Amino acid sequence: MKVLVPVKRVIDYNVKVRVKADGSGVDLANVKMSMNPFDEIAVEEAIRLREKGAAEEIVVVSIGVKQSQETLRTALAMGADRAILINAADDVHTDIEPLAVAKLLAAVVAEEQPGLVIAGKQAIDNDMNATGQMLSALLGWSQATFASELAIEGDNAVVTREVDGGLQTIKVKMPAIVTVDLRLNEPRYASLPNIMKAKKKPLEEKTPADYGVDVSPRLSVVKTSEPPERAAGVMVSSVEELVGKLKNEAGVI
Amino acid sequence: MPNILDATDLNFLLYDLLDIEATLTATGHDRAIADAILTTAERLAEDMFQPFAAKADAQEPSFDGTHVHLIPETEAALTAYAQAGFPAAGFAEADGGMGLPYLLCQAAAGWFTAANVGFAAYPFLALAAGNLLAEYGTEAQKAAYLTPIIEGRYFGTMCLSEPQAGSSLADIRTRAEPQDDGSYRLFGNKMWISGGAHEMGENIIHLVLAKVPGGPAGTKGISLFIVPKFLEDGTLNDVHLAGLNHKMGYRGTTNCALNFGEQGGAVGYLIGEENRGLSVMFHMMNEARIGVGQGASVLGVSGYLHAVEYARERTQGRAVDNRDPASPMVPIIEHADVRRQLMQARSYAEGSLALCLYAASLVDRLRAGEDGVELLLAILTPVVKSWPSEFALRANDIAIQIHGGYGYTRDYPVERLYRDNRLNPIHEGTKGVQGMDLLGRKVVQDGGAPLRALAQEIMVTLGTADAFPQERDQLGALLQRVGAVTAGMAAQAASDPKAYLANATIYLDMLGHVVMAWMWLRQAIAAQGHSDPGFAQGKTATMRYFFRYELPATGPQLDLLESMDRTCLDADTDWF
Repeated sequence: MKVLVPVKRVIDYNVKVRVKADGSGVDLANVKMSMNPFDEIAVEEAIRLREKGAAEEIVVVSIGVKQSQETLRTALAMGADRAILINAADDVHTDIEPLAVAKLLAAVVAEEQPGLVIAGKQAIDNDMNATGQMLSALLGWSQATFASELAIEGDNAVVTREVDGGLQTIKVKMPAIVTVDLRLNEPRYASLPNIMKAKKKPLEEKTPADYGVDVSPRLSVVKTSEPPERAAGVMVSSVEELVGKLKNEAGVI
Repeated sequence: MPNILDATDLNFLLYDLLDIEATLTATGHDRAIADAILTTAERLAEDMFQPFAAKADAQEPSFDGTHVHLIPETEAALTAYAQAGFPAAGFAEADGGMGLPYLLCQAAAGWFTAANVGFAAYPFLALAAGNLLAEYGTEAQKAAYLTPIIEGRYFGTMCLSEPQAGSSLADIRTRAEPQDDGSYRLFGNKMWISGGAHEMGENIIHLVLAKVPGGPAGTKGISLFIVPKFLEDGTLNDVHLAGLNHKMGYRGTTNCALNFGEQGGAVGYLIGEENRGLSVMFHMMNEARIGVGQGASVLGVSGYLHAVEYARERTQGRAVDNRDPASPMVPIIEHADVRRQLMQARSYAEGSLALCLYAASLVDRLRAGEDGVELLLAILTPVVKSWPSEFALRANDIAIQIHGGYGYTRDYPVERLYRDNRLNPIHEGTKGVQGMDLLGRKVVQDGGAPLRALAQEIMVTLGTADAFPQERDQLGALLQRVGAVTAGMAAQAASDPKAYLANATIYLDMLGHVVMAWMWLRQAIAAQGHSDPGFAQGKTATMRYFFRYELPATGPQLDLLESMDRTCLDADTDWF
């Protein structure tokens, strides 16, 4: 079985995000970028499937600026077999919307014919949580989102999902889309020997036009602003006072 | 928390200042590989090293008479480090390594050291032992001891000092008695042995200086031996932990008094020839000294980064021209004197890192067989070891000051970074020893060739410094004076060696400042094309700061040196 893993280059999770002065978005110039952490978990899971003999080949695909190559190389160094870069933007601030990404991925799926797509549940930049679901709809494939466990049983994927209030285990027929949550695994570090080997692994460059997909945005960003600063707290002198404030001022009990 | 290193600055130093890309290409690598390696180093440092740095400091290793106990995080960090392949990075491919440039290895090491120096010391001591074995070991010795070091399974130490002989290695007493089978039995006590006892990995390879009976007196009678903790049959060698030293900083690293030969003699194997031990050890010591400077630099950088973050977040007071007490307080970075302190810390710490990475790039150039590089390294090594140890340490001191009372508590990392860094002016040759090495040996070596080589390099930079005419002229004039003063001193070196060397440390400080001014000028020039204009402005301003606030200190130093001042030399010991 072939596994396809989409990976996105996003602002690093350690970077303090700053909103651009004109409110058009967040400042990404000269900012550290790295692989979306959920996508790292997806890559790791694909590698583990291959190590268990449940998968033969892992193809990673990234859609965005040319520098997404680095993200793909990281995935290759972790253990993916080959990579596809779809050059869809020149400016790092251009965000390719989930629908366009899903359409491009659907086209890649048509070409590659994977048995499974493993994706991050969302990217930590825009937190859309949409691409996996849209891809499932476009392909007419089953979807299993927010996976915290994944097992392949014959033609089925058995997925434990993190849902409100607990865990839900479902069985979906493959080919399928699985989107992964934080607790699925601990991704490995790209080791130095594998970084060297990754250099020789194939990385194919494409454009959206190759797949006949229009990536121009459908949404317009009206405003981007920092979340309001947290107001200072107050010290209460007794439990009674705390309960009173929660009841009367906060109105939460 | 991270504030380990500044990746933007590190990339600037590697690519814009030092053109590591040329070295990468020449050794069959490329930028993508280097970036990926540095990213892995950064992440490992953040995820596996830094989180237990404070705990390792608070819960220093203990010895119950049989076993040495380290906190459990140590083992996990070590496994991750070894699995990522870092132990093999710098070794030659023929030895089973990856043949990566020294400069790249040093930059990666910077992440680990700055994140948790007390732990990073263990793998780095193993590398130092491995480097020595790679250079001087026989094929059999390499197979037995180097390969497992490269695979991250064995650790190493350098056993030089003894309780009665630290800087004075001529006076060591450990003896090595030759055996019929070609091995030796060692007897003696060693002191200050970092990593000398612990239970990580499979073995510890002690590299021990000892004297073979009947050999020449002094340093000419010193030989070097491999003394493994476990012998090849798996039994314990006759090496015993007498006790752990309880230190001010670097507390994650066991520091040991070791006894060799309590029970009939520790089995040792000679490296190289008898009585050639010190020159072998000192060959490696030069790289170790670059490593000390680099360690001091990155600890300083980390302290500086913490201070910048704190100064941006901590609000106190208002602008001096704001009389409205109801107006909100400003972040302390708004105060001119805080920015002055940050500028000072930055000029010391970032400047030190630039210098140490430059020295690492010289090692790569030396390995590539480039002419003249050996002279540059000769004159710069004492400076590279000492200047960061003194001044990047001051950056840590300033970082505490900027944190105010909070910086004096263990709730913030800056006091630990200071304590950790305080070792660096002491070990691998004290500052005083470095001064003697510089003025007594390097300055007069080959009729002054090393200093001329350095001056020539600085002149090359001055020739490209048209954007900064004032600083170019300031440094040019200073360089002339250094040449004249040095020549005047050297002329009296033979007739009055005591006076010549009396102010060697002052000479070291002076030359250090000259070299640092050069490093800052080079950085300001290299930053001009940077994609972030603010970055270039910051580098230029720090360069100006150094030239205006720090470099003038060389004037009075040169006055003392020129007159070969005897105030301290002539001081009677009874006066103290």
